[in-house]
Amino acid sequence: MSRLRVLFRTTAVRLSALYLLLFSLCAAFLVFYVTAMSQRLLEQQTKDAVTAEVAQVEEIYARAGVNGLLRTLERRARQPGANLYVIAGPTGEILAGNVASLQPGLLDKEGWTGEAFRYQRYTDESRKETHVALAHVLVLDNGLRILVGRDLQEPEKFRVLVRQALVVALGIMGIGALIIWFAIGRNALKRIDRMSDASTRIMAGDLSQRLPMSGSGDEFDRLSESLNAMLGRIEKLNEGLRQVSDNIAHDLKTPLTRLRNKAEAALAHKATNSGYRASLEEIIGESDQLIRTFNALLMISRVEAGAAAAEMSDVNLSQSVADCVELYEPVADEQALKLEADVPADIHVSGNRELIGQALGNLIDNAIKYSDGGANPLIKVSLARRDGAIVLSVADHGPGVPADRRDDVVERFVRLDESRSKPGTGLGLSLVEAVMEMHQGSLELSDTVPDAENNRGLTASMVFPARSG
Amino acid sequence: MVTRMKILIIEDDLEAAAYLAKAFREAGIVSDHASDGESGLFMASENSYDVLVIDRMLPRRDGLSVISELRRKGVHTPVLILSALGQVDDRVTGLRAGGDDYLPKPYAFNELLARVEVLGRRKGAPEQDMVYRVGDLELDRLSHTVRRQGRELLLQPREFRLLEYLMKNAGQVVTRTMLLENVWDYHFDPQTNVIDVHVSRLRSKIEKDFDQPLLRTVRGAGYMIKEDGRTDA
Repeated sequence: MSRLRVLFRTTAVRLSALYLLLFSLCAAFLVFYVTAMSQRLLEQQTKDAVTAEVAQVEEIYARAGVNGLLRTLERRARQPGANLYVIAGPTGEILAGNVASLQPGLLDKEGWTGEAFRYQRYTDESRKETHVALAHVLVLDNGLRILVGRDLQEPEKFRVLVRQALVVALGIMGIGALIIWFAIGRNALKRIDRMSDASTRIMAGDLSQRLPMSGSGDEFDRLSESLNAMLGRIEKLNEGLRQVSDNIAHDLKTPLTRLRNKAEAALAHKATNSGYRASLEEIIGESDQLIRTFNALLMISRVEAGAAAAEMSDVNLSQSVADCVELYEPVADEQALKLEADVPADIHVSGNRELIGQALGNLIDNAIKYSDGGANPLIKVSLARRDGAIVLSVADHGPGVPADRRDDVVERFVRLDESRSKPGTGLGLSLVEAVMEMHQGSLELSDTVPDAENNRGLTASMVFPARSG
Repeated sequence: MVTRMKILIIEDDLEAAAYLAKAFREAGIVSDHASDGESGLFMASENSYDVLVIDRMLPRRDGLSVISELRRKGVHTPVLILSALGQVDDRVTGLRAGGDDYLPKPYAFNELLARVEVLGRRKGAPEQDMVYRVGDLELDRLSHTVRRQGRELLLQPREFRLLEYLMKNAGQVVTRTMLLENVWDYHFDPQTNVIDVHVSRLRSKIEKDFDQPLLRTVRGAGYMIKEDGRTDA
């Protein structure tokens, strides 16, 4: 029964109930109006016929006198389906005509009888049926009273018929509405139930579940569609989170194990004070590296979550690039590399100076780390406009990254085998990508010298979208 | 003998607080400890400290609210904020609340010590001095010139700012991150030894043709510029 109550609470059922009520009121009004109008019309017709008859009666009386009138009325009264004719004396006793009895006092007043009255006919005496009629009373100058009337059976029948039709129509309408209510409401309920079933499964942890779609493109489908899009986003974020925790488990356990081993080794050996000191320093170095990795991970996830988006402002990119190049130039110099900048003045973007600086720092740092062994010691940092977008790229002439590995190196903790020996967290490019995503831009990787045999070099480009304001 | 620095540590982790107190004592700094925001606020406004070290997340009243309440009361003691939260936007909110410096956890004690010392001596720092002097080295902030033994040394603009910051905090340890923050205005970890390379370039310019070394590397901590022979602090 509670299910029925739920059904009645659905919007579809409530709306259709309201419509049904309004429609019934209108229909009832319409039917009553139509019957009233047609009844009046029929009554008018009856009155017109009676008036014409009265005029004839007066004319016959004037022409043929009482006897002529009586003869004519006698003849007319005997015709089948005739009008009502009563000839009565001055006191009201019925002398002739086709009426057996009348309501008393009806003949006292000349003119229309006003309301419809009841009477009994001669012709169907056997049945003693009571009829309703409308009549006109005429008082002749000799005191005789003549009543000319017309039966109202037809209009009455019509009225009853229309009433019946109305009741039947309303009944059918009500039943139909109930059926429609039930169908619509139940359909809506069913779909809602299916949706909540799906969400229950999703809540239970199966994020790959989607809300059902009927394919009709109606409001339910549109709702499902946007909820599904939301679920997709959540699933992707969740997947990213899971990947990060997997990576953390894997890539942080290694240095933690190393840390522990070093501490154990220091304890196991009967070392001198200075030996302990060296071990402790190594351990601090190792934990600093761990902290660095942690910080980088945290930073990436915060940037990805858009936490830093609040601190966006106008950044003089030209200035930032110049600062960064100036910061790293001595390091490059020390490794016999040449860090060169090609930076036009006054290029601005809307962003976070700190994060852009760090991202560019990561790219330059990578370029310095991986430039060795290349034929060309040049690392070029350039800033340029390309189709409205602003491209900041760092090009080195090191071994480069094969085209099929480029998506991989951006992933967290992924390092190509050749670079495992180099210091680093494997998070540098991930951070750059996260920073660029936060700026609605992208990180593009390409060859510096595409047609070279080897040492094609890597060009990493931070692409900022054209400014929208 | 310079008067000892006195600081207040507001930190709810008692073990960490005990460790800090011990480490500061060994470095010649007296410290008081408060374990929640309310008592910290009370102690900081009743007593006179040289520096307040405030953890961001505290019971009863959070660190940022302690700072803004102190500032509202007119207490302008320098504040260093310690925070276990992330990096990018936290620093900004911390400094906006009235903090003077910010250090994310986990940190090296040497880093904290160097920052506390710089904050604590800010009172007597020669902010208005137009000329900084360390031994025979002289830096003129107005004319942007550096002389040693009266001879002008040619420095790049960034080298000048690096030396200016070191000389402003002469006799105190300055860490690599402090240099990156104050000279380059970046707060990230540059990973490679970028700062070291810049400092060694500067060192070669100011020491190459002279006998006395001025700029020394403090192992495990950072750098310090100091006239040789004097042994205070």
